[in-house]
Amino acid sequence: MTEALLEIKDLKTWFKTDDGMVRAVDGVSMTIARGETLAVVGESGCGKTVTARSVLKLIDMPPGRFEAGQIVWRGRDLIPLPAADMDKIRAREIAMVFQEPMTSLNPVYTVGDQIAESLRTHHGLSRKESIDGAVEMLKLVQIPNAERRVHDYPHQFSGGMRQRVVIAIALACKPQLLIADEPTTALDVTIQAQILELLGDMKAKFGMAIMLITHAMGVVAENAQRVVVMYAGKVVEEAPVEELFGNPRHPYTQGLIRSIPRVDARTRGHARLEQIPGTVPSLLNPPAGCRFANRCRFATDPCRDSEPPLRQVAPNHKVACIL
Amino acid sequence: MNTQTAPLLSARGLTKHFAIKGGIFAREVHRIHAVDGVSFDIAAGETLGLVGESGCGKSTTGRCILRLIEPSSGEVWFQGRDVTKLDADALRGLRRDMQIIFQDPFASLNPRHTVGGIIGEALIIHGLSRTRAELDDRVVQLLETVGLQPDHRHRFPHEFSGGQRQRIGIARALAVEPKLIICDEPVSALDVSIQAQVINLLEDLQEKFGLTYLFIAHDLSVVEHISDRVAVMYLGRVVEIAPSRELYDNPRHPYTEALLSAVPIPDPLVKRKRIVLQGDVPNPIRPPTGCRFHTRCPIAEARCSQEVPELEQSSDGHWVACHLRR
Repeated sequence: MTEALLEIKDLKTWFKTDDGMVRAVDGVSMTIARGETLAVVGESGCGKTVTARSVLKLIDMPPGRFEAGQIVWRGRDLIPLPAADMDKIRAREIAMVFQEPMTSLNPVYTVGDQIAESLRTHHGLSRKESIDGAVEMLKLVQIPNAERRVHDYPHQFSGGMRQRVVIAIALACKPQLLIADEPTTALDVTIQAQILELLGDMKAKFGMAIMLITHAMGVVAENAQRVVVMYAGKVVEEAPVEELFGNPRHPYTQGLIRSIPRVDARTRGHARLEQIPGTVPSLLNPPAGCRFANRCRFATDPCRDSEPPLRQVAPNHKVACIL
Repeated sequence: MNTQTAPLLSARGLTKHFAIKGGIFAREVHRIHAVDGVSFDIAAGETLGLVGESGCGKSTTGRCILRLIEPSSGEVWFQGRDVTKLDADALRGLRRDMQIIFQDPFASLNPRHTVGGIIGEALIIHGLSRTRAELDDRVVQLLETVGLQPDHRHRFPHEFSGGQRQRIGIARALAVEPKLIICDEPVSALDVSIQAQVINLLEDLQEKFGLTYLFIAHDLSVVEHISDRVAVMYLGRVVEIAPSRELYDNPRHPYTEALLSAVPIPDPLVKRKRIVLQGDVPNPIRPPTGCRFHTRCPIAEARCSQEVPELEQSSDGHWVACHLRR
């Protein structure tokens, strides 16, 4: 692995609620190298989005707070960084694409203004220059008639086109890391294919790293080089993509991979889907020991007593399971 | 499309146009062609999958069958009667035989009623339980059937997770012992590990009670898994119907082909050629003339924009609406 671009070390992002402390992210570590695509995968409430938002410090504080850990961006810890310095990193060095293209654009500004805003703030371009820049960006993300559409408002675009606009805004300042939080979840499959292809093209062009947050294993398999699997606020497994799908070690990862029906040949006929019993535990009072123990087929008493550490089982392959 | 035995349900030329009104006299200014001449059969005990992207009319089709939305024209034959001609009384009787499971388990359960009340309501309306004790017994039995605990009947919907709520929705549909259940995106809102639980449950129930499903979903892998036959919709029309395996192995319509190739496969070692369609689904207010897919079709010819292709049988049980692929 080459030099780490981003290194998250034992991050704990907790939220104070009326019912108590919610340990949304509870001791998560991961690294992203220059130019690589890291997928962070897990089900709703596993902490993947909170981890991503923590990197950009987009968590409302309070109720959230960083309980412990470091977020090291190119050798500098972002957690103690003052807001003014953080503003310089956001968009210029680390940009984000959100899930909902309907809500992440401002409905009262034209898309051109929204792309241009980023160019003006971060590169100090004039109004004219920034609008020209916006047209360039729209062309880059393959929006037809970019010269004309730059003056349109978000509601005049379809979902897929809006997501292209969001990507154009994110890429306007040529960031080194793009955090894509479920970028295609709200889109139809044919549009999803278009957007994923576009992200791949953009990556090839700009050479940025991508942190791809998703719950869809198919999207992971086709787009990532390395994968981090999260469950209930913890990393349970980390491996290169071929290794993770070929030789999943954690019972949760195994269940996740086997529980998906597939359109290709393997699950033909009415073979039953493998299911993971039960539901994700509450993060308010997470169970002691392994958080997956109460749904795990292999769990034994030691699993319920102490938390399994993330240990190396093969080169670049780490798993948090004592079995 | 005759199956050997008489089908349980036949839709013939089912059409739904929504009028958009505007101006001071609320004149009709636009007309959305949501469903346009959809025909299919479902045999007893079979699962027919209905797939397509948002706005293709799949949910509207499901709702027109139950007359939760009144169809503009067309016929729906169920057990020898045309559902579209029934009066309110007869329709109520029919709803005992046809039920629906909705997509959103958060919005489809009344938050002010207990689970027991939600499941028991249909039993009371249809007079299926004579005494309170009988009603209670039946509710307990239904909860156990869908894998919930008897004491869950005293709780409210917000106390349950998404997967459990979907089980409550299924128990409610099962209460009146229906023959046909329309499953409208029943697992789309659920996490993958929970999705598998609900799919397995639906399959078990089908076997146990001999149910017939119309399974509406946008996720092709889920539809392939659960369905015997699959119908693909695009902009209000059925473009292809075939047995599930046949459709996935040998798609004929260029839209089906592109749709299948767009599904990501959870295996990094499988590399496929992907057909990436250009552009978006056209506006259903002004659907394209001729074949509605011609604006995005990689193989379209001149006549595709003029003549509407009819759904024709190309091989046994495989129907396709395309001028070029037969």
